[in-house]
Amino acid sequence: MDFILQPWPWYVAGPLIALSMFLMFYFGKKFGVSSNLETLCSIAGAGKLVDFFKFDWRKNKWNLAFVFGLIIGGFIANQWLTPDQSIALNPKTVENLAEIGFENAGATYLPDEIFSMDALFSVKGFLILIGAGVLVGFGSRYAGGCTSGHGIVGLSMMATESYIAVAGFFIGGLIMTWLILPYLF
Amino acid sequence: MKYLKFLFVGVFFGIVLSKAEVISWYRIYEMFKLQSFHMYGVIGSAVVIGMVIMYLFKKEKLKTYTGELILVDPKKKGFARNMFGGIIFGLGWALGGACPGPMFILVGKGVTAILVVLFGATLGTFLYHAVKHKLPH
Repeated sequence: MDFILQPWPWYVAGPLIALSMFLMFYFGKKFGVSSNLETLCSIAGAGKLVDFFKFDWRKNKWNLAFVFGLIIGGFIANQWLTPDQSIALNPKTVENLAEIGFENAGATYLPDEIFSMDALFSVKGFLILIGAGVLVGFGSRYAGGCTSGHGIVGLSMMATESYIAVAGFFIGGLIMTWLILPYLF
Repeated sequence: MKYLKFLFVGVFFGIVLSKAEVISWYRIYEMFKLQSFHMYGVIGSAVVIGMVIMYLFKKEKLKTYTGELILVDPKKKGFARNMFGGIIFGLGWALGGACPGPMFILVGKGVTAILVVLFGATLGTFLYHAVKHKLPH
């Protein structure tokens, strides 16, 4: 039982992610999270403003059930399966983060500098949170998929489009991490 | 009730990403700093096994639970959409430390601030479809 409570190594997590993908196809559907964002827009009435969202969101209930499961899974893992909330980061990473103003990196899952209530209710902090979301939402739908649809399914299919998209993910991620983050904090 | 199986897969996937620390902002930062193999191992091993699964779908060795063939939709063609969309996505992924799956998982973890990120992602989705006719694909 103890190994479940420990952090899971990559060679356990990767195969289980592939299994999750397999199960969605086995049950006759697809594996992709970001299309749910379109469904949420449609539910919120975005069809009144943009014709694309005039689809019947009820046909995507299966995927909403999946993301509702994600929320429950996050709750279960946090509540009962993660007694130690620290992340064993590379000491070099902790050092780099300290240099740009992140204290106690890895003491918890998320940095207070971005996710604490103080950050949330500051103008800068709020803009960072909402800006990160807008970029992810806009980019994933522009590319037609996120880490699941392109990263896992697309790369597994050896789809050229997904190799381009994932190369884009890394170009954007490297620019943010190396060139922009140091000036934001 | 027919949706229950998808809910269960979601719960499972949510626990896997939580326990593998894929939902940690720090793990994403560390990945882009190229200072840890962890995330590359997670994605790489998922893709290698995914390739075998896709091969078995194609060879019709694996079918749906009702015995139907599994046909995976092809990705949308176009260099610009995938490259530019990918870059925009990557900027947000590294800033917020969360792609769409982990955003929902972090809601379950009880992280209030992620609701703002999730709202932003929904807004970004809306904005894309509002301006997409002006973008190169």
